[in-house]
Amino acid sequence: MNGFQSALHPAGPQALHIERLIWLFTGISAFVLLAVTVALLWAVFRRRERRDLAAEPRPPELRERRLGRVVGAAVALTVVLLFVLLTASFATDRRLLDLEGREQLTVHVIGHQWWWEIRYAHGEPARRVITANELHIPVGVPVRIELTSPDVIHSFWVPNLHGKQDLIPGSSNAITIEADRPGTYRGQCAEFCGLQHAFMAFLVVAEPEETFDAWYERQLAPAREPGNDQARRGREVFLRSACVMCHRIRGTSASATYGPDLTHLKSRQILAAGAVPDTRGHLAAWIADPQGIKPGARMPITALPPPDFQALLAYLETLE
Amino acid sequence: MRAFLAVALMVLAFAGCKREEREPRPEPVAERDIPAIVMSDLAPGEKPPSSPDYPHYTENAWQVSEGKRLFEAMNCNGCHARGGGDIGPPLMDRQWIYGSEPGNIFATIMEGRPNGMPSFRNMIPEQQVWQLVAYVRSLAGLVRKDVASGRSDDMSARPSEQSLPEEPPRNAGIPPSATGTQP
Amino acid sequence: MSASEASDLRDGPALDEAVTRARLEHTWRRPEGLWGWLVTVDHKEIGRRYIATALGFFALSGLLALTMRLQLALPESHLVGPDLYGQLFSMHGSAMMFLFAVPVMEAVAIYVVPLMCGTRNIAFPRLVAFSYWIYLCGGLFFFISFAGNTGADRGWFAYVPLSGPEYSPGKRVDTWAQMITFTEVAALAVSVALIVTILKQRAPGMSLDRMPLYLWAILVTSFMVLFAMPAVMLASSFLIMDRLIDTHFFNQAEGGSALLFQHLFWFFGHPEVYIIFIPALGFVSSIVATFARRPVFGHLPMVLALIATGILGFGLWVHHMFATGLPRLGNGFFTAASIMIAIPSGVQIFCWLATLWDGRPVFKTPLLYVLGFVFIFVLGGLTGVMVASVPLDLQVHDTYFVVAHFHYVLIGGAVFPLLGALHYHFPKITGRMPGERLGRLGFLLTFVGFNLAFFPMHILGLSGMPRRVYTYPSGLGWDGMNLLATIGAFTLAAGFLVFFLNLLLSLRRGAPAGDNPWGASTLEWATSSPPPVHAFAHVPLVRSREPLWEERESLPVVTGLRVDAREVLVTATVTAEPRVREPSPEPAIWPLLTALATTGLFIGSIYTPWAVVWGTVPVAVTLIGWFWPTKREQRKEKATEHAPGLAEAGA
Repeated sequence: MNGFQSALHPAGPQALHIERLIWLFTGISAFVLLAVTVALLWAVFRRRERRDLAAEPRPPELRERRLGRVVGAAVALTVVLLFVLLTASFATDRRLLDLEGREQLTVHVIGHQWWWEIRYAHGEPARRVITANELHIPVGVPVRIELTSPDVIHSFWVPNLHGKQDLIPGSSNAITIEADRPGTYRGQCAEFCGLQHAFMAFLVVAEPEETFDAWYERQLAPAREPGNDQARRGREVFLRSACVMCHRIRGTSASATYGPDLTHLKSRQILAAGAVPDTRGHLAAWIADPQGIKPGARMPITALPPPDFQALLAYLETLE
Repeated sequence: MRAFLAVALMVLAFAGCKREEREPRPEPVAERDIPAIVMSDLAPGEKPPSSPDYPHYTENAWQVSEGKRLFEAMNCNGCHARGGGDIGPPLMDRQWIYGSEPGNIFATIMEGRPNGMPSFRNMIPEQQVWQLVAYVRSLAGLVRKDVASGRSDDMSARPSEQSLPEEPPRNAGIPPSATGTQP
Repeated sequence: MSASEASDLRDGPALDEAVTRARLEHTWRRPEGLWGWLVTVDHKEIGRRYIATALGFFALSGLLALTMRLQLALPESHLVGPDLYGQLFSMHGSAMMFLFAVPVMEAVAIYVVPLMCGTRNIAFPRLVAFSYWIYLCGGLFFFISFAGNTGADRGWFAYVPLSGPEYSPGKRVDTWAQMITFTEVAALAVSVALIVTILKQRAPGMSLDRMPLYLWAILVTSFMVLFAMPAVMLASSFLIMDRLIDTHFFNQAEGGSALLFQHLFWFFGHPEVYIIFIPALGFVSSIVATFARRPVFGHLPMVLALIATGILGFGLWVHHMFATGLPRLGNGFFTAASIMIAIPSGVQIFCWLATLWDGRPVFKTPLLYVLGFVFIFVLGGLTGVMVASVPLDLQVHDTYFVVAHFHYVLIGGAVFPLLGALHYHFPKITGRMPGERLGRLGFLLTFVGFNLAFFPMHILGLSGMPRRVYTYPSGLGWDGMNLLATIGAFTLAAGFLVFFLNLLLSLRRGAPAGDNPWGASTLEWATSSPPPVHAFAHVPLVRSREPLWEERESLPVVTGLRVDAREVLVTATVTAEPRVREPSPEPAIWPLLTALATTGLFIGSIYTPWAVVWGTVPVAVTLIGWFWPTKREQRKEKATEHAPGLAEAGA
């Protein structure tokens, strides 16, 4: 899975520009470091007639001028190299803006302590998809991400696609990203935001346009009617327990927006913003003891009788 | 002298611990510690023993602030309007219709009260109800100042909980439903 | 002039040398015992204390760092939870920056600067004593709070709104904010004393162009403190007011601004790095000159580079905020300014290389630390150029790359020279030579351990590992390098341990050091080791940039300062011509009492705003006691109005 969250494995044009810049800087830096180290070693180890503290301190001599020329040349070279780096940096910075204004899709990403709410913008309110912790984007299409935060400062960062952009409460920021090859990339909050900053991750799934459209249509649909008694009972449990106070499942009366939307919970790959994978076992553990998995998270411990608990699990399993 | 210092430090440290703990999974409060609903100050014989203090919640700044967050998230403001009272009674004055002890407030939230206060049993987990209890008490200045919350990052219509004056509680003991003045 | 005229007894040819020394010893001595310890105003004693205290906080913060490295050694570790981890990294960062790095640099300066200036005591010694006490109180308060689970947990930067009243309940952030106030008061007080000492108390003849590079470095640093520290005090005071008395400086809804905090913090925070690093450049210059056996090449460019760094250091703060969505054009300006600061740093590196090339380097431990410094600092500087570039910074900001970068700059750039300087000044401070063998072993361990601990972090950052996470999932390719970094961190800690063990052992067993064991050129080596309380029996006269090299056998002196009262010689700012004899304060308890009163005010204000009102009463009382004019001082004041009557004489 190496390179699944890495600036050195670019999967989009912007990350690629930045990666090239990283290597340019690294190359020049390595050269400078090598040169200085060699000069240092040569300076201290070249042959001397006498090395001890009693030696008469040598007063500056005529050599000063020659030394001065060498130092001057080194400084001049430094200035030239720095100019090269500065120019490259500015050029890359401009390139990062290339995609701006060409976006075909806008997504509002809202950073909460400690999960990501994702709302796709659409002219028709009925066609706005709301999901959490998993951002799907079509490959080759610039996507505008509008960033806001209702609580503290977070930072949106998918290293494989682009650098980071802060989400600042009370103001809004935007960043444009594009993936040029399909794949799943992990992103993570990059600004310390409290107890569970470490588990405020999300996935970006880049897929071909047709696949993306199909996914979008599926997300638009309300939750499926549960197919068996166990699941129907689970829905009842959901609707008369603490779950309903924070979560929404479209197609039912659960319509709270405090926590992540669960309408298509099982279509996602991760739970609890990346703390655990989305499997039945982990889901059970997460509901039974969220504070053991992610101490301080907003999900409370809900004491449910075992039969209710099993029914609830069965119901949540149907939310695909 | 040194021993005195050491003791003083330990006391300080202990006070700090209690106030600053971020304990997301505290021990549940035992059922027997929750007193029965007090409807009136009048009681035959001696006064009933005062309910235990729930220091996990009421003396802990983090729990109180979690309560404040929930107070907003669970839309308590809808009726109690930030403690000032609207269609629900105010929470920042000295009138406590159903008692001001943590156990009383816990019961009020869990069971509901006549004329509008719904029951949140099963809807809000017990731990969060205790957090709400601690916060509600702080609205009337009934928790320590170094535990009460500061201002919020929003339009602030009133002073923060930590600068509210302490209102000595008076259990009115007369549910509005009993007075006959309410519809 | 006869000894019977006790009212105005001065040093000079007329007074017997032994009598002079005895009288001076008597005049400058502090009372015996605990009382004397509390009232002392001797810069050497305060400096030693300051250094020891700062190293104590260094050790504590280092332990916090080791705990963090243990937690991160393995993925999904449960050694410490998120809450404790938040306190660990916040305490580590805050204590290292505010309680170790800045204070230790000032501490060494308190000890060395007056000696290097050739004066008998620092300017405003009571203020310096006050600074020490307030620093000690602030540091203890911070760590005692941590022991009481009230340690800072919002990072050393404490960004709002996370550190604001809504998202940081309790008193943790308040202790952080007040610790800032404590240490900044202490730092400002010392800076004032250092600036005045350097500008007004240099030995006669030590004109600005003959001033050693270390003094230049401290002068630049002290001015930076003066301009940078008020910004962070403003930030922390606004924060604590928002938290405690419902103000709205950082509340967006009420017209405040969350970004304002970041601007204020980094307007201080970036210069802070140079405040730590420029004194280290001064150490390097001293050590290079002594051990390469020649003056540092390019004195003037070196001085200009120091000043340029000091000025440019104030123009870079926005490069900590590139991801906040500030205007692109403005960011470009800060990129250019940040890259530009590499030029003066380059000038200095090249000048040292030229000095080493042309000199005859003697491989003693201090020089080894300087060689290690050059390698590590150049690497750290180059990654600094990387984070100055907007596109690159957007990727590496708030990742382990930045953690690697600033540890390269701060440990490599400041702690390595500091260790070199401690080893270098050890014989002067204690009168004993530090052991060479353990010293070298210590260097080897620190150098290897340091690179092992921090180099992998560059790669970790580029591989996407963010900072300030209490744990991380495995499978992201971070496991191996984290383990490596932990091993390196323990090696580094072992190196520090060996280094300080060596100094402790040498305290007992070291060979007695002569006045000038390293054959150095600056004035602090002109007096005995350790120096007497009055530092110099006669104020030295400086006729060149390297007084002890130009006039090895006998340093000329000026005479005419009183030996029966504490006096220092004040000279002209630029030319260092003697101007007046200035009385130097006697020991007093007032600095300690004022510091305690101030401590009461600062700590009390966390719990009630009224502490600010009532707390001023004891502060006012102690300050009145402090400044109450005494008869003796008034008399001395008059004495200085007469012609100083200084005689210049070769010894």
